Amino acid sequence: MLVRSWKNPKSLLQIPTRNGYGDGLVEAGKKDPNLMVICADLTESTRTEAFKEAFPDRFIQFGVAEQAMAAVGAGMALAGKTVFITSYACFSPGRNWEQIRTTGCLQKTNLKIAGAHAGISVGPDGATHQMTEDIALMRVLPEMTVLIPCDAIETKKATVAAAKINGPAYIRFAREKSPVFTTESAKFEIGKAQVLRKGNDVAIIGCGPLVYECLMAAEELAKSGIEARVINNSSIKPMDEKTILKAARECGAIVTVEEAQAAAGMGGAVCELVSSEYPVPVERVGLQDEFGQSGKPAELLEHYKLTAPWIVKAVRKVIKKK
Amino acid sequence: MPKTRNILTLTDKKLLALEKKANEIRQDVLRMLEHAGSGHSAGPLGLADIFTALYFHILKHDPKKPNWKERDRLLLSCGHVVPIRYATMAHAGYFPKSELMTLRQFGSRLQGHPEITRLPGLENTSGPLGDGSPQSAGMAYVAKMNKLPWHTYCVMSDGELEAGITWEAAMFAGKNNLHNLTWIIDRNNIQIDGYTEDIMPLEPLADKFAAFNFHVIEIDGHNIREFVDACRYAQSIFESPTVIIAHTTPGKGVGFMEFDPVWHGKTPKDKTELNKALKELRTLGGKIESEVE
Repeated sequence: MLVRSWKNPKSLLQIPTRNGYGDGLVEAGKKDPNLMVICADLTESTRTEAFKEAFPDRFIQFGVAEQAMAAVGAGMALAGKTVFITSYACFSPGRNWEQIRTTGCLQKTNLKIAGAHAGISVGPDGATHQMTEDIALMRVLPEMTVLIPCDAIETKKATVAAAKINGPAYIRFAREKSPVFTTESAKFEIGKAQVLRKGNDVAIIGCGPLVYECLMAAEELAKSGIEARVINNSSIKPMDEKTILKAARECGAIVTVEEAQAAAGMGGAVCELVSSEYPVPVERVGLQDEFGQSGKPAELLEHYKLTAPWIVKAVRKVIKKK
Repeated sequence: MPKTRNILTLTDKKLLALEKKANEIRQDVLRMLEHAGSGHSAGPLGLADIFTALYFHILKHDPKKPNWKERDRLLLSCGHVVPIRYATMAHAGYFPKSELMTLRQFGSRLQGHPEITRLPGLENTSGPLGDGSPQSAGMAYVAKMNKLPWHTYCVMSDGELEAGITWEAAMFAGKNNLHNLTWIIDRNNIQIDGYTEDIMPLEPLADKFAAFNFHVIEIDGHNIREFVDACRYAQSIFESPTVIIAHTTPGKGVGFMEFDPVWHGKTPKDKTELNKALKELRTLGGKIESEVE
C-alpha cells in the first residue's frame, strides 16, 4: 500500500494531486465514450488540458460561469452523459452549491464536481482562493459522494472510481506538489479507508496530502513509545464506518487531520459516527474557525498548525483524555 | 399525440379543440389549487394555452412511454407553475386525472415543485429559479453533438430572468448555436412582490436576448395559432437558439385574478371562490351560458 521508501520524504516523487485528476480523466475518458469534461477557464491549472487534447469533442470551455456550468452539466447528464465540471473549489462548489444540490443531488444525476486548489496550501493567492469549507458543503448533501485522495496516484484512482458510480460525486485536490507515497497497486474503493500503519495507542485519521504528515507524526510518536494507527480516510462519504469504529474500540482515542475547517468536515464526520456508536475522545486538527492568508504553502501549513509536530501535540493531548 | 416531427400546421378545427382543452385544463388547475390549499394561481392559468398547445400539438411525445428516447424534451424552469404541467399531463394521459387532487400532499408524486425522480414524464426538478434554462442548454448541446432527433424546449418565467445564471446559460447557448433549443418566456410582468418593471426592470427584453445571439419572437401567449407558428419558425432557424417571448395575462380567464400580483402566490380560499372562478371559465367571462352551476 505504501511505497517502500515512504519513511524518507526526500526519496519520494513530489507531484500535485491535481495531476492525478488530469491522468484519471484521460483514463476514464478512454473507458467511457459518454464521459465529458467542462472547465471554467482554468484548463491548464486544473489539469483538464490532457483530456481536452485527447478528446476535444468531449471537452467544453465554459468560461467563468460556475453556476450555469453545474446546471448545464446536469442537463447533459440527464441526456445520458457523465459530466465532470472543473474549477477551483472556492468557486465550484463554493459558488454553485444550490445548482449542485438541485440539479445534481435531488435529480441524482451523474454530475461530478472537481474542486481544484483546495485548502490553504494554494499559498500566495490568499484566503479568497483557499477553500476550506467545501467538505462541509458537500458532505451534508444527500446522494453526494465525497472523495479526498491523499496523493496523485490515489487521485487518479478516485477520479476513475467517481466516473463509474451512479450519481453525483465531489472530488477534492490541491495545487501544491506533495509526496507520492501510495503504490499503483494499492486498491482504491469508494467507502473504504486504508490502515497505512498499525498501532493501538491512538488512531490518526487523515485525508488529502496531509495523510503524509500523519505518517510522519506517527514515526515521531513511535520514538517515545506511542504506536499510532494511521488511517487514510479518503472516502469521506460514504465513510468506512467499520474501520473507523474498529480504530475507536482498539485505540481509544482519535486525532483527525484535514486541510479544511475543523468544523463539519472529515473530522466532524468521524465525531458524528463515534459519538453515537463508540464515544472516544477526538482532537480535530484543521482550521479553527478562521480563514487563511497569503504565504508560502509550507509556512501556512505550519502557521495553521497542520503539520506533523502539531499532529504529535494533538495526539499527546487526546491520549491524556483516554 | 404527435409521434413524429410535426410540421405544425394548425387547422381551424384543431385550434378550436385546443382552446376548449385549455379551458378544461384551467378549471382542473383551479380545482387542484383549491384542494391543495396552497400554491400559485396566476402563472398556471396564464400558461394554459401554451402548455395545451405543447402537449396536444407541438411536442413529439408518447404518454405511455415517458422515457422514449426520441421524445422532445420539455423542461420547466419556474417550478412553481407546475400545476399547469400536471393538469396538462393528466389530460394527455400520463396519469389518471384523479391523481391531480393529490397535489402537494404527503406521499404524492405531484410535489409542490416538480421532481423528476418521483413522476415519469418530467424532464427536470425545478423550483429554485434559473436552473432550468442551463439544463435545457446542456440537453440541447448533447442532442446537437450526437445528432439526436429531438428538440428541447424550456418554459421560463419572466421574474426568474433576474437570476444571473439565465444569462450565463444564454451565453453558452449562443456560443454553441443551439438551434435545437427553444426557450419560452411567460412574460406576464408579475412576480411575488409586484410588477417586474418595479422590482427589477427586464426591458428591453427582446434586445437583451438578441444581444446574446438568440433569435427572438414576440407573441400573444394566449393566441395558440401565434404560438404554434412561432414554434414552427423556431424549428426552421439553424443559426441560433430561439426565444419566444409570450406575452400572457396572469390569471387568464378569471377576471378577479387577472393582472393582480396578489394572485401570483395564492389559491382560491374556499369552494365559493373556486365556483365563482369556474363559472367564469365555463361562461367565458359571462359571454355564454353555462349548463351547470
